[in-house]
Amino acid sequence: MNRIVSKEFFSENVIKFEVEAPLIAKSRKAGHFVMVRVGEKGERIPLTIADADLQKGTITLVIQKMGVSSSKICALNEGDFITDLVGPLGKATHIENFGTVICACGGVGTAPMLPIVAALKKAGNKVISVIAARTKDLIILEDQMREFSDELIVMTDDGSYGNKGLVTNGVEQVINREKVDLCVTIGPAIMMKFVSLLTKKYEVPTLASLNTIMVDGTGMCGACRVSVGGKTKFVCVDGPEFNAHEVDFDEMLMRLGGYKEIEREDMAKMECASGAVK
Amino acid sequence: MDITEERSQTWRADLRSAMKAKERTDIKRVHMPELDATYRSHSRLEEVNLGLTAEMAIQEAKRCIDCASPTCMLGCPVGVYIPKFVKQIEIGDFLGAAKTLKETSALPAVCGRVCPQEKQCEAQCIHVKMKKEAVAIGHLERFAADFERESGNISIPEVAPSNGLKIAVVGSGPAGLSFAGDMAKRGYKVIVFEALHEIGGVLKYGIPEFRLPNNIVDVEIENLRSMGVEFINNCIIGKTITIEDLKEDGFVGVFVGSGAGLPRFMNIKGENLVGVMSSNEYLTRVNLMDAASPDSDTPVLLGKDVAIIGGGNTAMDSVRTARRLGADRAMIVYRRSEEEMPARLEEVKHAKEEGIEFMTLRNPIEFIGNEQGRVTHMVLQVMELGEPDASGRRSPIEVPGRTETVEVDEVVVSVGVSPNPLIPQSVIGLEVTKWGTVVVDETTMQSAIPMIFAGGDIVRGGATVILAMGDGRKAAAAMHEWILNQ
Ligand SMILES: Cc1cc2nc3c(=O)[nH]c(=O)nc-3n(C[C@H](O)[C@H](O)[C@H](O)COP(=O)(O)OP(=O)(O)OC[C@H]3O[C@@H](n4cnc5c(N)ncnc54)[C@H](O)[C@@H]3O)c2cc1C
Ligand SMILES: Cc1cc2nc3c(=O)[nH]c(=O)nc-3n(C[C@H](O)[C@H](O)[C@H](O)COP(=O)(O)OP(=O)(O)OC[C@H]3O[C@@H](n4cnc5c(N)ncnc54)[C@H](O)[C@@H]3O)c2cc1C
Ligand code: SF4
Ligand code: SF4
Ligand code: FES
Repeated sequence: MNRIVSKEFFSENVIKFEVEAPLIAKSRKAGHFVMVRVGEKGERIPLTIADADLQKGTITLVIQKMGVSSSKICALNEGDFITDLVGPLGKATHIENFGTVICACGGVGTAPMLPIVAALKKAGNKVISVIAARTKDLIILEDQMREFSDELIVMTDDGSYGNKGLVTNGVEQVINREKVDLCVTIGPAIMMKFVSLLTKKYEVPTLASLNTIMVDGTGMCGACRVSVGGKTKFVCVDGPEFNAHEVDFDEMLMRLGGYKEIEREDMAKMECASGAVK
Repeated sequence: MDITEERSQTWRADLRSAMKAKERTDIKRVHMPELDATYRSHSRLEEVNLGLTAEMAIQEAKRCIDCASPTCMLGCPVGVYIPKFVKQIEIGDFLGAAKTLKETSALPAVCGRVCPQEKQCEAQCIHVKMKKEAVAIGHLERFAADFERESGNISIPEVAPSNGLKIAVVGSGPAGLSFAGDMAKRGYKVIVFEALHEIGGVLKYGIPEFRLPNNIVDVEIENLRSMGVEFINNCIIGKTITIEDLKEDGFVGVFVGSGAGLPRFMNIKGENLVGVMSSNEYLTRVNLMDAASPDSDTPVLLGKDVAIIGGGNTAMDSVRTARRLGADRAMIVYRRSEEEMPARLEEVKHAKEEGIEFMTLRNPIEFIGNEQGRVTHMVLQVMELGEPDASGRRSPIEVPGRTETVEVDEVVVSVGVSPNPLIPQSVIGLEVTKWGTVVVDETTMQSAIPMIFAGGDIVRGGATVILAMGDGRKAAAAMHEWILNQ
């Protein structure tokens, strides 16, 4: 179970894995995620199911190296096993023919967006994707995104590729040009916050897929809670997608920072340890 | 043999006449040896109660007068044959005592440790009516079970020849484990599906090791394995596979023991600040993820001034954990008085010895944080007791205008849990109450869908280990019957 059948580098820090998980491959839908743990002392972290292959019985994960746990997964190779993998979790994305949909994603957010883009396209929507990153090297899945999008806009902060500017610049350009019925956004919380502020101004309904800190991912602990429309929601069971205009992004950002200090220490420890081995 | 016949066996009769009842009741109740309070308040994994020695156990067993109508048994939800196992201890037949326990209880080493005995079996002991301390039934139960385990002579129950029928169990808590054992005994192929990566439910992720060491639970799980029970972890019924899938796969019955895994919050201002969390989160980080060990990747915040909101076992476990993780001030904030606290008496006593502060008749109304969003203060409303409410407990009412502000850097909210909604949400046709508990026939534990039986916290909405276990056993007997009649 959970054997890694392939590993591919999108960039130095963004890696795609195909993992054996036949039951999950069968039951998953766009928007679902899994909880993954590596090693007996490992942490459980959430990762979106970017794709699945029913024939091979595999799911695809795209992971960005952030701290200890994501680095541990990224260090695994073809043939290795993931200690624990459970899912599919969360609510699947609600897909229908909305009309024109903007899919705005930043950084590794493109990976979880891909199955949503594909499903929206299949349902008959006109899909305009905006993918953004700091610089050219961090743009991932461009070809795959292009395949399912009617139009693809690439934005880089430094202008090294596509258009220069933030994801919001790309989104605003489209909204000013034509009628947009829905915006879906996935990426760093701060990015989603600004996309949400923008679309609120233009009154474009917006869904954000929230990436809060999680422990179990099954609704048992409440670590993932956020305020949506003034009510506390659990991202792992009530989400991960919510009406972006109702999400309290400032509270979410604050909660994401809750373990920063401990995580920084852990990361330093891990780097020291691996340095010692070298 | 029924209870009266057993009681009239020569060895029992001889034992009774060997010592006068008055002499027996005059013996003082044994005191459970325990770790020194100062030492243990810094030791996270060592069990507080050390267990009775054989001499102590025999002496304590002598206190039981082997009543003709043992009222103690009425207090035990599964009807453990108490006088028999106690008398077996008295004559030194410890393995026999363990065997007697196992006739009714699937997890005696666990129940001996965590049952609220003072409200159950011991509350009904004749000694109490005579204004004496009850026979220490729980301590004796633990002694016999531990003796058997440590002797290496664990009796594996006889398993009937395979009948070729497959049964699925959802959840590996005490309800699921006891059900699995009973069905395996009857010759079924039992597969237990568990959502988490560990088997054991609350026994593993909730109750801390200083009260219930993991290895005790693991031994029980190994016993079930040797009886042919199979465990599949990381598998969520209703998500990874559905009950429909199970049916297609040839399972003829499903037992749902998915527990009460949904934490409640109070919905007050500041509850989402950093440093405020549910007891499920806190205990899961520490117990399941071992977050306090330096080699664990999972972080846990270590507070200096930690407040736990609530007065149940979960609150006691959380506050004593906080103390062990280095809190200078570890506080229980409870809106009623100590008398109304639902926690086991022993936990409250142990907590006090470990330096836990009890702030009773206090109810938090707001949490205040700093610029980083970390909690720094809690505002408490002072309460007083009014008239008894529906539960018979005197209900707390606010004292107008009286609030207190207390410094805290961590708050653990432990105000109860609701049933795990996964199964009720994913099974069409299952009857569910407005509290989210699964509706079953009380005598058979059968749900509105004939092949699905349920028990434990998913039915009761938060109860005890022994009740969950009793449900599992009842359901096993009834499901077997139901299958035979098909
Ligand atoms: C539903 C969901 C789906 C996700 N899908 C993916 C995915 O497909 N690919 C992927 O690479 N990541 C995904 N994430 C984010 C991923 O879970 C985190 O990056 C991971 O938990 C970080 O763990 P770490 O130990 O490596 O880093 P940590 O040491 O925990 O954190 C490093 C830094 O990241 C911040 N951080 C911690 N947790 C998160 C988080 N959940 N989101 C954003 N920042 C965080 C910390 O504050 C810290 O500054 C998803 C998160 C959620 C909730
Ligand atoms: C901290 C704490 C302390 C306690 N102390 C005591 C005490 O001292 N004495 C006492 O008698 N009682 C105590 N209790 C209560 C007691 O633990 C519970 O009543 C008992 O564990 C309930 O057992 P259960 O089998 O119904 O469920 P649980 O023990 O909750 O087990 C349910 C299991 O099912 C799994 N599950 C849920 N949904 C699914 C699904 N869809 N698919 C697969 N698996 C699933 C869960 O992950 C879990 O492992 C305490 C509880 C807590 C939380
Ligand atoms: S199982 Fe619990 S209630 Fe029953 S006799 Fe044992 S300790 Fe008492
Ligand atoms: S009621 Fe007390 S004395 Fe009587 S049989 Fe039970 S434990 Fe023994
Ligand atoms: S991660 Fe525990 S409730 Fe969502």
